[in-house]
Amino acid sequence: MTPPSDPLPPTFDPRARAARRRARRALAWTLAIGLGLPGALFLGVLVLSPLSDAKVLHGLVGWVTLGRAHPESWSGGGQLLLRVVLLALLALVLVTFGAVISGMTVWWEMRVSSRMQSRVGYNRVGAAGFLQWVADAVKLLLKEDLVPADADALLFRAAPYFVLVGFALTFVALPFGESLVAAPLDVGLFYVLAVTALVVVGILLAGWSSNSKWSLFGGMRAGAQVISYEIPAGLAAMVPVLMAGTLSLQGIIRGQGPWPWQWFFFENPFALVAFVVFFTAQLAEGNRTPFDLPEAESELVAGYLSEYSSFRFAIYFLVEFGNLWVMSAVAVTLFFGGWQVPFVGPETFQAARGAGDLPGLGWWALEALSMAVFVLKTFVLMNLVIWVRWTLPRIRVDQMMSVCWKYLVPFAFACLVGTLFWEILLVEVPAAGPATGYLLTAGFLVTAFFFLRLTYRNLAAVGDRIDLSNW
Amino acid sequence: MERLVLRRMQGDGEEMILNFGPQHPSTHGVINFMVETDGEVIRRAVPDVGYLHRSIEKIGETVGYPGFMPFTDRVDYVAAMFANEGYALAVERLLKLEAPPRAQWLRAVSCELCRIASHLIAVGTMTMDLGAFTPMLHGVREREVVNDLIEALCGARLTYNYHRIGGVAFDLPEGWRDRTLRFLDHFDRFLTEFDRLISFNEVYVKRLAKVAVIPAPLAKDYGLSGPNLRGAGVDWDLRRDLPYGAYPHFRFQVPVGKGFVGTRGDAFDRYYVRCLEMAESSKIVRQALESLPEGEYLAKVPRRIKPEPGEAFARVESARGELAYYVVSDGTEKAWRVRARTGSFTAMGIVDAVSPGLMVADLVALIASLDVVAPEIDR
Amino acid sequence: MTTQELHERLRARFGEDVGALSEPKVDPFCLVKRERIAEVCRFAKQEPGLELDFLEDLTAVDWPKRNAIEVVYHLFSFPLRHGIVLKVELDRTAPRLPSVEGVWKAANWFEREVYDLFGVEFTGHPDLRRILLPDDWVGHPLRKDYQEAGGYHGIANVRENPLVELRRLDERARGPAAPPPAAPATPKA
Repeated sequence: MTPPSDPLPPTFDPRARAARRRARRALAWTLAIGLGLPGALFLGVLVLSPLSDAKVLHGLVGWVTLGRAHPESWSGGGQLLLRVVLLALLALVLVTFGAVISGMTVWWEMRVSSRMQSRVGYNRVGAAGFLQWVADAVKLLLKEDLVPADADALLFRAAPYFVLVGFALTFVALPFGESLVAAPLDVGLFYVLAVTALVVVGILLAGWSSNSKWSLFGGMRAGAQVISYEIPAGLAAMVPVLMAGTLSLQGIIRGQGPWPWQWFFFENPFALVAFVVFFTAQLAEGNRTPFDLPEAESELVAGYLSEYSSFRFAIYFLVEFGNLWVMSAVAVTLFFGGWQVPFVGPETFQAARGAGDLPGLGWWALEALSMAVFVLKTFVLMNLVIWVRWTLPRIRVDQMMSVCWKYLVPFAFACLVGTLFWEILLVEVPAAGPATGYLLTAGFLVTAFFFLRLTYRNLAAVGDRIDLSNW
Repeated sequence: MERLVLRRMQGDGEEMILNFGPQHPSTHGVINFMVETDGEVIRRAVPDVGYLHRSIEKIGETVGYPGFMPFTDRVDYVAAMFANEGYALAVERLLKLEAPPRAQWLRAVSCELCRIASHLIAVGTMTMDLGAFTPMLHGVREREVVNDLIEALCGARLTYNYHRIGGVAFDLPEGWRDRTLRFLDHFDRFLTEFDRLISFNEVYVKRLAKVAVIPAPLAKDYGLSGPNLRGAGVDWDLRRDLPYGAYPHFRFQVPVGKGFVGTRGDAFDRYYVRCLEMAESSKIVRQALESLPEGEYLAKVPRRIKPEPGEAFARVESARGELAYYVVSDGTEKAWRVRARTGSFTAMGIVDAVSPGLMVADLVALIASLDVVAPEIDR
Repeated sequence: MTTQELHERLRARFGEDVGALSEPKVDPFCLVKRERIAEVCRFAKQEPGLELDFLEDLTAVDWPKRNAIEVVYHLFSFPLRHGIVLKVELDRTAPRLPSVEGVWKAANWFEREVYDLFGVEFTGHPDLRRILLPDDWVGHPLRKDYQEAGGYHGIANVRENPLVELRRLDERARGPAAPPPAAPATPKA
């Protein structure tokens, strides 16, 4: 057979042209959905959350109607109705935000994990496989909805909603930006810890009502795990509360500063340990490896989820990955300064706000900036969670309990007591705070440098290179 | 089945009886366990096998001697070369002929490569069963290269049908030796990385050390063999102690469990012995390729194989233990009886004895550390 | 110790119950009387100098012409590196012999397999039931006169030749064949 002639140059080969057209279209869809959807939701959060403040709300309504409506002069009922409409809109935006963030987290986690495993990962649906989560969501919705014949029908159907509610309610108190909180609660942290406990109810119900031994196993394990790890999580969360003096999430963030050495994580050595305790406990609460016994795939197939299909399964799936975001977000607010933007202090916000009811454009820009900082920090922490998941094996249930009660709880108590003394020390020696901040930040940077150098050396020893060419 | 077993499981009604399998992500193949648990602690775990029984031994009585070779692949499809070699050795003993030296060296090369591939699956699935999904995929990535090498050698990636009665089927392709040596250079470094990633990881050690201890007397009594027996502390390897084929010409160590991080004979020992064996196999392949003799690769075997009436027993050191073939001939072209004695069969037998007191998660670790595959158990 | 010496030791202890060592075709074996097999095995395992602590294989061979089923024991010793093959010949119509499960625990599953596939009953076995086949299977497949029952619980074990089946499906999909063309006009005489 004669050898083939020179292949057509890429611009003229119709198959290559069609392939490039398809790739361009996929990229366009990906960017549209990948940037547009979260962008719209973030915009929604950006615009709608400050409106819980009545003055800003009235100012906006007045601005939108070009000065013709004056809500402050409406009757009580009318103002209440306006507020209710706004809150409903905000709730919708936040829940959608939660769902979309879960989906994108799935995509990101799968891409990162596939790279860790020498695979390519999602790469078919959309550029870099970005639309895979949309495809998965649609597929799950279209599946047959099974309820096992012997299952407790009412509880089986109700269980996913407990989980969903427990997850969605946390978004109410999460501070996305300087004034971007749906409800600036004075007991924000307490509220968040309380509401995430609803998830346990859902898991136990799911395990029980499925009428399957494997589900029961998973449900019992999950119940034991989540309830046990609430203790060290709560205790470790008390450390930033002590340092800030308030349970309000916004207050805790305001108690920190924008620079790393002003974060609680670096400001107080006990807060550093408390973060480790809190992080571990949150991994366990979110059923992430090394604590994913309740859904240990190789032991219990899917544990408490075994009997679920279609939309109910989608809810659990969504909540698990959304919890990734929520646990990172809470950790960021407590220990890493939340939305604090470097070089931008509270006076800048105040100045940009202006005197009128409706804040000026510069204020909105600064709010967006603070939201971006928050999202970035949460993203980094999320990557840490993903990294841990795909590296470590899973621990056994008795080891999990002993880690909680014999190690984490005493450590958390020790951190709490230590912070008490630290606070006293700060009263006596105010310079101790910033000094420790500088010291620990420097130590962290040095450690990071050595870690990266070791990683590079390990790679070279195997003969590999860092290769980002086909990311 | 359930009724019979349940009758034997006495209890006060507090226990739960679970079916672990037969479709389950972590039983290695289609195996069922009836597990009687009290909460998370197992009272008894009774294996229920036979889901993959394909009556291979009966088939051996109907196809002729050479025709049975592809069926031996299916006796253990994860490490099929050993099954091939065992049967070839048994029939060669019956025919009183010996494979030429080059064939013996090629057999050793292919078997040791197959051992590497099989152990990669074994340790990979073990880490996956324990929850770390990443090392499995790294192992499979390396195994792909081995599969490619063997595919270049004999045309198949999983069920090879490479050995023949009297030698091997094909000679080395061109450039194969260099490709293999290059792979081995890379593979030795990969083993270091693998070790660093998972072997002495704190969580991994906690899951495996002191878990499911099988002491040496129990292992010998239950007929364990191969890495299971060596992990229990018994220094026995057919390649060194009852050498066959080309193995007397190679120098290699035999790793024996000695309580690397826990007790001697625990799950970690069995796991780590396999890791070390991969390094030794790599050494053997290098030595074999360097000292490969010239000559023919298939002896002169009659077209119709009709051995004298008699019987022969041949054993090889398979990746899973001792794979032995007992072939009885009645003088015709078809064997009278072909029996494959596999390492996983006896390993399954010990689960009932070792399981009381384990937790459900430890049962998974036990099965994974015994490296059982369903085709070997059921044949 | 060679196989001959092993055999001598067994012969010395058990006399006529242990038969003569056969010709090595290719592996030599010796027949043991049915009732004494458990004691012979225990002696082989525990006697210093024999120490056959590894039951390598326990299987059976069916010889319908001789009306016998042979149960074959391959024994091996780790410390002394020697081995021997013992055989017990059983009556094919009622094969029964003592179990050696008390000597080597490995025999537990081996004997269950022999029971399952050959129908040999091992007295004294703690848990003699089928292992590879379902509990309600009828027959012992590795016997030479085993007839397949034509199915199991309604699942057939025969099927049509796939090529025939596929051709039939193809023809059905293609629809009824076109009528054959009209016969050509006969040439004018």
